[in-house]
Amino acid sequence: MTIEARGVVKSFGAFKALDGVDLKVANGELLALLGPSGSGKTTLLRIIAGLEWPDAGEILFDGENALDRGARERHVGFVFQHYALFRHMNVFENVAFGLRVQPRRIRKTEAQIRARVKELLDLVQLDWLADRYPSQLSGGQRQRIALARALAIEPRILLLDEPFGALDAKVRKELRQWLRTLHHSINVTSIFVTHDQEEALEVAHRVVVMDKGRIEQVGSPSDVYDSPATAFVHGFIGESIMLPVEVTGGAVHLNGRPLDIAVEGGAAGASTLFVRRHDMLIGPADSGTLHGAVTHVRSFGPVQRAEIALTEGSTIEIDAPRDRELRIGDRVGLKPRHYRIFAGG
Amino acid sequence: MSIEMTLQRTPDGSARSLAESAARRDPRAEPAIVRVAIITLAIAFLSIFVVLPLVVVFVEAFGRGVVAYLSALADPEAWSAIRLTLGVAAVSVGTNLVFGLAAAWAITKFDFPGKTFLITLIDLPFSVSPVISGLVFVLLFGAQGFLGPWLQDHDLQILFAFPGIALATIFVTFPFVARALIPLMQEQGTQEEEAAISLGASGLQTFFRVTLPNIKWGVLYGVLLCNARAMGEFGAVSVVSGHIRGETNTMPLLVEILYNEYQMVASFAIASLLAMLALITLIAKTILERNIDGDMPHDD
Repeated sequence: MTIEARGVVKSFGAFKALDGVDLKVANGELLALLGPSGSGKTTLLRIIAGLEWPDAGEILFDGENALDRGARERHVGFVFQHYALFRHMNVFENVAFGLRVQPRRIRKTEAQIRARVKELLDLVQLDWLADRYPSQLSGGQRQRIALARALAIEPRILLLDEPFGALDAKVRKELRQWLRTLHHSINVTSIFVTHDQEEALEVAHRVVVMDKGRIEQVGSPSDVYDSPATAFVHGFIGESIMLPVEVTGGAVHLNGRPLDIAVEGGAAGASTLFVRRHDMLIGPADSGTLHGAVTHVRSFGPVQRAEIALTEGSTIEIDAPRDRELRIGDRVGLKPRHYRIFAGG
Repeated sequence: MSIEMTLQRTPDGSARSLAESAARRDPRAEPAIVRVAIITLAIAFLSIFVVLPLVVVFVEAFGRGVVAYLSALADPEAWSAIRLTLGVAAVSVGTNLVFGLAAAWAITKFDFPGKTFLITLIDLPFSVSPVISGLVFVLLFGAQGFLGPWLQDHDLQILFAFPGIALATIFVTFPFVARALIPLMQEQGTQEEEAAISLGASGLQTFFRVTLPNIKWGVLYGVLLCNARAMGEFGAVSVVSGHIRGETNTMPLLVEILYNEYQMVASFAIASLLAMLALITLIAKTILERNIDGDMPHDD
């Protein structure tokens, strides 16, 4: 099923949670809504689910108006951040709930319900927990039960609100892989909300980056990482060095000194130069276009992170290969390999 | 609370009590003398103001033996008061159960203008003297009252009859169920209801399968307190009852009447029933409070 949002606006009192959002989700896609808290991503998800109503705009499922129907009639599987398992029901009954509340004429028989629940518990690999109560489960187990419960009604769309937000780092990693595999096997159009860029980039087919109730960019994980459309996206995804520059007369100036780099994009006047940490190449003091002295070095993983005080005044952090020896006090020259310049300070 | 005095040998051979050394380590522990003084004070206070009156009620009730006690309860007037009290309690608990559930549901699951005002209104009976509450009904339904002439024209008897007593009792006891449920439901939030609806449950299915099971102990708790107050209410009922013997006297009213007539055994026999109600309520309350705690959501 395809999902389309057109000009969706939603305010809570004076706070504008969504400020005109347009989005198309393709059939069978796994999409991530990524943004800082307060960016409106959860509100958009809840509006698609029918748990919240927009002040203006349209939501279409397969081209049909979804706002005519309440949450109950939309056949949307929703997985809540804090699981929202029914605390007085055991795992089996939690998963069976959606099947038991169906209208009598289409309700499955008890045997069919049992078989379906068993199948779902097998799918999430927790059939051995059927008799437990939610309070007896770990966070990761609860999350998987919540997913099994949402899948029980054979939803046309699966929506997940910060599905791994409340879990510890190791469990998150495992569940990420698992969600990808699961989505591949059930192939239901799915949207998940996250504030964790790594999660979004690793799991989703496409990533929607949101800020202040607006969509900043929609694209594949490599699109949003390699070619950020806005200053916000560049700053939010991946770690960037940001330097305030002035673009005048076809040249880029840092603190009044021209830099030996081409003006990129249509920026003019006060602008910001964005460079990924690993795209800032480091060389001898007389090379490059930026100069400074190493003030701090930390080595971990495949890179070493150096803090460099630029002669132009700012201090930046760069990632350099481990094989280049850096010591505190070394004078170095720097040149950005890839960079973007966005208008605005 | 018991303080165990376990002796242990320290390396230097001297015996020291564990409790004592524990007290020394625990920065919150008060000196022994302070603890003893506070506990003694509390026990003394409870004895004089709670235990002693309770004992007196039963001693007086059985003062002339079990036969006199039983015949006092078998008296038609006593019997009528018991029936009236049970009837009034049943009506007011039933009404307030529905009202309390509706109010708590509305307040905790929805946002609407005037919500704070509604919460204040629910608390009103707690802040108004019951006698005043009774007087309001007299002013409303009495012969010279606002609705009095109309009621007389239609031959409806509210004051000095069951409806008036029930109304006054409902008014005085209406905060109990709502008050027991609001904090519990606020704590539980609306996520489980949202989950139920997104799984296709109707409003009624959501209420009976998700909301109600989650608050059942809270509901029982509210009903229990509501019932205790409904049966024990004196002030408001006294104003609207009219004290018609064998007809509009509830148990608390009859206790007073009999006492004023120096019928000590009869008076205290009825009082002993109310005292037993209080004791049962107290025990049930303790059990329920433990169960409600289990319904409170815990952090993961």
